[in-house]
Amino acid sequence: MNLLDLRLMSSLSRDDVANLARLARIEMSDEELVNLSTEFTVILEAVARVQEVAGADVEPTSHPLPLRNVFRPDVVTPSLTPEEALSGAPASEDNRFRVPQILGEEA
Amino acid sequence: MIRKSAAEMATALASGEISSVALVQAHFDRIASVDKQVHAFLYLDTEGALAQAARIDAKRAKGEKLSPLAGVPLALKDVMVQKGIPTTCGSKILEGWRPPYDSTVVANLKKNDIVILGKTNMDEFAMGSSTENSAYGPTHNPWDLTRIPGGSGGGSAAALAAFEAPLAIGTDTGGSIRQPAAVTGTVGVKPTYGGVSRYGLVAFSSSLDQAGPCARTVLDAALLHEAIAGHDPRDATSINAPVPPVVQAAKNGDVKGMKIGVVKQLNGDGYQAGVRSRFEESLELLAMAGAQIIEVSCPNFEYALAAYYLIAPSECSSNLARFDAMRYGIRIGDGDGASAESVMNLTRAVGFGREVKRRIILGTYALSSGYYDAYYGSAQKVRTLITQDFTNAFTKVDVLVSPTCPTTAFKIGEKANDPLAMYLNDIATIPVNLAGIGGMSLPCGLAPEDGLPVGFQMMAPAMQDQRMYSVGASLEAALLSKWGAPLLSKAPALGGAK
Amino acid sequence: MSLTYDDVILKYEPVLGLEVHVELNTHSKMFCGCSTIFGGEPNTQTCPVCLGMPGALPVVNEKAIESTILIGLALNCSIAPFSRFARKNYFYPDMPKNFQISQFDEPICVNGFVDIEIETDEGNKKFRIEIERVHMEEDTGKSLHVGGVTGRIHGADYSLLDYNRAGIPLVEIVTKIVPGTGKYAPEVAKAYVAEIRDILRSLKVSDVKMEQGSLRCDANVSLRIIGSDVLGTRSETKNVNSLRSIERAVRGEMIRHAELLNNGQRVVQETRHFQEDTGLTRSGRSKEQAEDYRYFPEPDLVPVAPDAAWIEKLRTTLPERPSIHRKRLQEQWAVPDKEMAAMINADVLDIVEATVVLGADPTKARSWWLGEISRVANEREVAIVDLEITPSDVAEIVALVKAGDLTDKLARQVIEGILNGEGKPAEVIAKRGIKVVNDNSALMAAIEKACAAQPETAEKVRSGHLPAAGALIGAVMKATGGQADAAKVRELLLAHLGQS
Repeated sequence: MNLLDLRLMSSLSRDDVANLARLARIEMSDEELVNLSTEFTVILEAVARVQEVAGADVEPTSHPLPLRNVFRPDVVTPSLTPEEALSGAPASEDNRFRVPQILGEEA
Repeated sequence: MIRKSAAEMATALASGEISSVALVQAHFDRIASVDKQVHAFLYLDTEGALAQAARIDAKRAKGEKLSPLAGVPLALKDVMVQKGIPTTCGSKILEGWRPPYDSTVVANLKKNDIVILGKTNMDEFAMGSSTENSAYGPTHNPWDLTRIPGGSGGGSAAALAAFEAPLAIGTDTGGSIRQPAAVTGTVGVKPTYGGVSRYGLVAFSSSLDQAGPCARTVLDAALLHEAIAGHDPRDATSINAPVPPVVQAAKNGDVKGMKIGVVKQLNGDGYQAGVRSRFEESLELLAMAGAQIIEVSCPNFEYALAAYYLIAPSECSSNLARFDAMRYGIRIGDGDGASAESVMNLTRAVGFGREVKRRIILGTYALSSGYYDAYYGSAQKVRTLITQDFTNAFTKVDVLVSPTCPTTAFKIGEKANDPLAMYLNDIATIPVNLAGIGGMSLPCGLAPEDGLPVGFQMMAPAMQDQRMYSVGASLEAALLSKWGAPLLSKAPALGGAK
Repeated sequence: MSLTYDDVILKYEPVLGLEVHVELNTHSKMFCGCSTIFGGEPNTQTCPVCLGMPGALPVVNEKAIESTILIGLALNCSIAPFSRFARKNYFYPDMPKNFQISQFDEPICVNGFVDIEIETDEGNKKFRIEIERVHMEEDTGKSLHVGGVTGRIHGADYSLLDYNRAGIPLVEIVTKIVPGTGKYAPEVAKAYVAEIRDILRSLKVSDVKMEQGSLRCDANVSLRIIGSDVLGTRSETKNVNSLRSIERAVRGEMIRHAELLNNGQRVVQETRHFQEDTGLTRSGRSKEQAEDYRYFPEPDLVPVAPDAAWIEKLRTTLPERPSIHRKRLQEQWAVPDKEMAAMINADVLDIVEATVVLGADPTKARSWWLGEISRVANEREVAIVDLEITPSDVAEIVALVKAGDLTDKLARQVIEGILNGEGKPAEVIAKRGIKVVNDNSALMAAIEKACAAQPETAEKVRSGHLPAAGALIGAVMKATGGQADAAKVRELLLAHLGQS
């Protein structure tokens, strides 16, 4: 990605925001989309500063501590009861979570 | 009694001067009289707390050996899961959810017989610096009810400042323990990342979140720190090493021969005059106590805010995906052949507030294909550079210091429509989270221009948390002898009674 | 119009890509301590972690890591000195966190290969299938669709979710593209999955039960015109769950693609579902926009960095490669190729071997398992390992027959009893009162003949003068050519003459 692309992308159109909202599963009104698009112009300009010093020679840090190989033994521990598991469910049936019809690919 | 420190309360409990039930009841009475004004609490577990206090009193009567803080009450930030007690994270989306399990912090509190009074208010999912982003209304700063108590842990800090609890639990992702402590005149500590288990802490940004103690004195914070810290096999990022000797450090409070570094980039332009003068005064006190004050430069800190506002939203966009109306929380738009997808879309639209949505969208963008390297990837590199700045600085000094925040508490509503101005509050606290090291804020006086508290921040290398407690305790003692009384005694009276 | 397979391969060359998903057989889930036992009551094997509850955190199961490294080693992969888990973000109700913990650009094993051999009209042919990566991930929950057409997602009124399977450790084995299989593509695909299954079984890291879904395959197929080096558009047929279906799915997709291409239409890059009844694939619901999974390193888990000592220790536990093992057994047992193939096809090789290890003669063991017992398994439509009979039962029966304590005919009754749940061999023999009758008729005939030839001697013995029996025994021994057991003859003779 070159710098020109980055500058171009320092703003997001209403449609860009709409696409992100779809990915994030948040219904948004037209007004919200437009507002966010305006706000992002300012915010993205500020956060894009990270690119000024993020050279190819710098290793990224994903974890603040240099821990490695943290595992648990393969031992079964008690589960919740189905009542506990389902205690917060908006709807349930036969000890299963009841959810609205799933439109999408069959898994 | 409610104005005493937790350590003093513990002594009174141990000597039989007061029972835990009476102490807890006194705090509930105080809450009843002032929380209408402050709004620090979202939920009070009156019955549970009093029952727990009674059990502790009974144990004490039987002569059982109890932990140092046994019977002392505490306020729990509503981001921490407690079995059977509503946990909302300040969000509408979790309204009514009662978790079926205890967080490790709560389990440790219970093990230490610390009495949990209830859950405190916060910015929704810990996103904010003012507690204005709570779906349940803002918390007010006990120093000036028209002002913010900081955030995201404004409820916990305000509860301490209003004497509604002597101890509180906070969580700090970019300053959510330290900044509220600073603006309310209380003590807040963000331990080294991995020092306190995150199991049961509802995640905002997993690689930055850290729970820690909030208190009115350095020693109280240290006692609570020891009670909640330690390795937890249920958190893979938890450090498997002994807890740093923070209580000992807080009791000794010795800075003789210590090298204290003033971070050049976290002072000066943009910092309120009164904040700077109180900070300078504190440095003088530390020098008089025998510390050597040195200026150090951390050039990459100027990129910290930008990196933070990419990393935290990115991780939050993923962490908050689970709030989808399928398994827990509210569900909007079900029925009439609605699909799961539309129910998710509507529930998240209604259930999340504006700031949370803003950050989810920003994070979704920063992680999306084609932009990952430019945003999230670059931010992770800045994180490396900031860690290197700290590492370099700690070769020269033992502890780094700065003002905790650039300004004192601002007015409720003042920055609500300017996200960037709001984000700037965290400019001095964020580098600590990015590097995973420890940070503490200590009240260091009132800004002359507005009479509001100023925070003094100390930062120590990973797993050297005791160093902050040494400096904090030393400065606290020097300030106390200068003031003659704790800072909070100067706060205005609340409610009807004193 | 409909093309034949021969038409397709005249013009096109298939290019394969195979992804095998394996459920590991750890006791507990990938990131929490919930049990992995198959078939539990709904949501009885769940906890805050695998339900994705707010605040819960994953911790990696060490056994799952070891199993994955073992798989990598068995598939000739390099084990990455540093690998990380990543979050794959997308919303789906059967996935509690709305992200799957998986591995993205840093898988645990890379660059391996598997050699396979198939029988063809032109003799046996060998192929090397290159492995791109072996990575770990977690399984999702299961949904039950209610209303509409039973069990189908489309048209359902609502769905019911059970998260017992959510968080079961999965390993995904991904090949590089597999060119050059020509007309044998369907057989190669089948043989590859069979070989992977055998390797996994020998490693004891998975139950590899395709019918229960613990091993499933996604087959990517594309066609290119012979001689061209431009790859065609691929389709991905999901969750094919038997060896036979893999072969059929690849063949079917080749024909479907060729028909589209011949008609000047284009192949759509999409997910397809294999239908067992028709042998055809059906289009998955195509998405309006491509999914963007927004992978990033899982911040709740620290990197996996196995050191050389750990890897070498695991390497020493690797069993013999199944193909080599099979060759060795065939030599040791002196089994003809055809019989060997029959055992492999009937999936009885392991069980025959176990029986032989317990002392049974290989030929006898093979004939019982492949014959009588396989027949019953087929009748009952169950896997042979799920029958009541065990290798030790068969070994015991073979030994009884050898000792002359059972005839083949009686042995068959004993096996029948075991298969009917009547117990172990001794119990069945006792319960059914199976009399172990030795075949003494020839001996008795010789004894009677000897007595008839020497009536006085016989009378002496009958009257109690036992030493006289020697002459009669000698005559019987002579008559049977010295093959009879003299002690047995004496016993029978004395009994015959009323002296026992």
